[in-house]
Amino acid sequence: MIETAVNNAETGLSTADRHFVYRKVIERVAWTGMVVCVLITVSLLWVILGYVIYRGGAAFSWEFLTTLPQPAGEAGGGIANALIGSGFIVGLATLMAVPISLGAAIFVNEFPSGRLGASVRFLAEVLTGVPSIVVGLFGYALVVQPTGQFSGLSGAVAYAFIMVPIILISTQEALRLVPTDLREASLALGVPKWRTILWVVLPVSSRALLTGVLLAVARALGEAAPMLFTAFGNPFWNLDVRKPMATVPHLIYTYATGPYEDWHNKAWAASFVLVTVVLVTSLLARAALRNKSDD
Amino acid sequence: MKNEPHAMSRSSGRFFSTVLDVLIPPQAGSVRWGDRVFHFLARGTALFVIFLAILLAGDLLRGSWEAIRHFGPRFLIGTTWDPVTGEFGTLPPAVGTLIKSVLSLIIAVPISMGSAIFIAFYIPKSLRAFISYPIELLAGIPSIIFGLWGLFIMVPMIRVLQVWLKANFGWFPLFAGPAVYGVGVLAGGVILAIMITPIITAISRDILLSVPRTQIEAMLALGATKWEAIWKVALPYARTGLIGAVILGLGRSIGETMAVTMVGGNNFDLPTSLFDPVHSMASLIANEFAEATYNLYVSSLIYVGLVLFCITFLISLLAQLLIWRLSKGRIAILE
Repeated sequence: MIETAVNNAETGLSTADRHFVYRKVIERVAWTGMVVCVLITVSLLWVILGYVIYRGGAAFSWEFLTTLPQPAGEAGGGIANALIGSGFIVGLATLMAVPISLGAAIFVNEFPSGRLGASVRFLAEVLTGVPSIVVGLFGYALVVQPTGQFSGLSGAVAYAFIMVPIILISTQEALRLVPTDLREASLALGVPKWRTILWVVLPVSSRALLTGVLLAVARALGEAAPMLFTAFGNPFWNLDVRKPMATVPHLIYTYATGPYEDWHNKAWAASFVLVTVVLVTSLLARAALRNKSDD
Repeated sequence: MKNEPHAMSRSSGRFFSTVLDVLIPPQAGSVRWGDRVFHFLARGTALFVIFLAILLAGDLLRGSWEAIRHFGPRFLIGTTWDPVTGEFGTLPPAVGTLIKSVLSLIIAVPISMGSAIFIAFYIPKSLRAFISYPIELLAGIPSIIFGLWGLFIMVPMIRVLQVWLKANFGWFPLFAGPAVYGVGVLAGGVILAIMITPIITAISRDILLSVPRTQIEAMLALGATKWEAIWKVALPYARTGLIGAVILGLGRSIGETMAVTMVGGNNFDLPTSLFDPVHSMASLIANEFAEATYNLYVSSLIYVGLVLFCITFLISLLAQLLIWRLSKGRIAILE
């Protein structure tokens, strides 16, 4: 009788042990699987960046930044007009997008408005999901069709449409972090609400506002799809917003899908430039935010 | 006082106020007048954002009106796209979009979920940024760069994979297609997976981080292993939001243009295997628009855009609703 009891106890213990080992194994397997996932996700960036630096760096030269494109087949030439065009169109888009999104964000965050404020914010979140090609069609139908020609202006309108929801959301997030005490202190001193917002709330969150704008700029700089049938591309210098303009991402598309080896190299070099500009802009954006929380 | 926010950005703030003082002198106007104008302006811009969304839908509708009147709903199930005879239908590109997106989810979801769980629960807080940062940067890389990389680096690799799959598993219908192009459903799905992985990972991570710590700690205190605590408590808690993150990834996948145009193969036939080149709705628009020479052609392409807009809008709406329900608006989605 005693023996059976011992046996039972032993087997009971060993099943518990076995179960424990089994659970530990599951834990290990899950852990390993997740490490593999993280390694894949993180390495993707380096694989893609690595190729862009390797292929683009080889084809890159300073002349590439300062000269106009050469006719197909001729060596040399650069993307100077596309660089200026991109900067110009994105700059114009920023000028259009910032007032709208800033005002809307102030309205959503600072004024009690019932449903309207929340709906605008929600709509902005949904609008970030509109495909960029559809935004291009929007620019085409809104500006190109009525005016009868492709233009830098239509490109800027398309980019602005992409930027508005991004700036709106990040601005509202920034305003939300401003302590209510500050607003109340200002109001208690007899300062009107509009001055409180402009003089107290916005300056306090100015760095975060800058972050939002820079993130939107970085996003717009890289978008090629909206430019296909708005700014359209242009092999020459042009600073007239009523005429077609070249942009860097669109130029990469043209060169990459073209038949010439020389074009492919230029596409890599232009990608190198574009990635550098976009990543530096988004790093700046994050740096602005980081300093703020470190101070 | 050093940690007060107004001390944080004192220099930039002072500059900002000085500019404002010059623009609007402190004595200007009476209190109420200023407030009312300001409220009016802010409300106006907010309404303008709604107006923009309506304008977008209206513009697409106006642009595609001729095709809508001409084809009606049969456009959606038409399988021919023939500019010569003026017969247009969008079923093959729609199917192409769907297959590539689903394929991208099949690849991206496990990897993103694994990464998100690991980052949220296994990596010490101090190291989290080092892992999260490259993933966020990846999400910020323009789609044209993925297209270029995909076309020149990935497609040749895919071609090798296709030849191997066809030689060894050619009896399987999905691998029965022509293994010569490289570009096609498989390449499109893979590049989309690469592009949506960082997005799904980043949002899922934020959602998982919003699971109350106490819930997991209670489970650990009862003797559960960490994985059991995550599997049985954290994931069910965060389920709605995680589904939202996946649907958001699906939306991005469906609307993605440049990369898919460059590696998707752009063919009008309905695909029968993973190797077939096929158009997506977005790549169809991107590819054909410059060649659209008459009104009905342009209008048909805008019609495709309208359909694409409706699909992505609904998906985006659903994703945001799911994510909002869980986070109560605390998680901002920017990418």
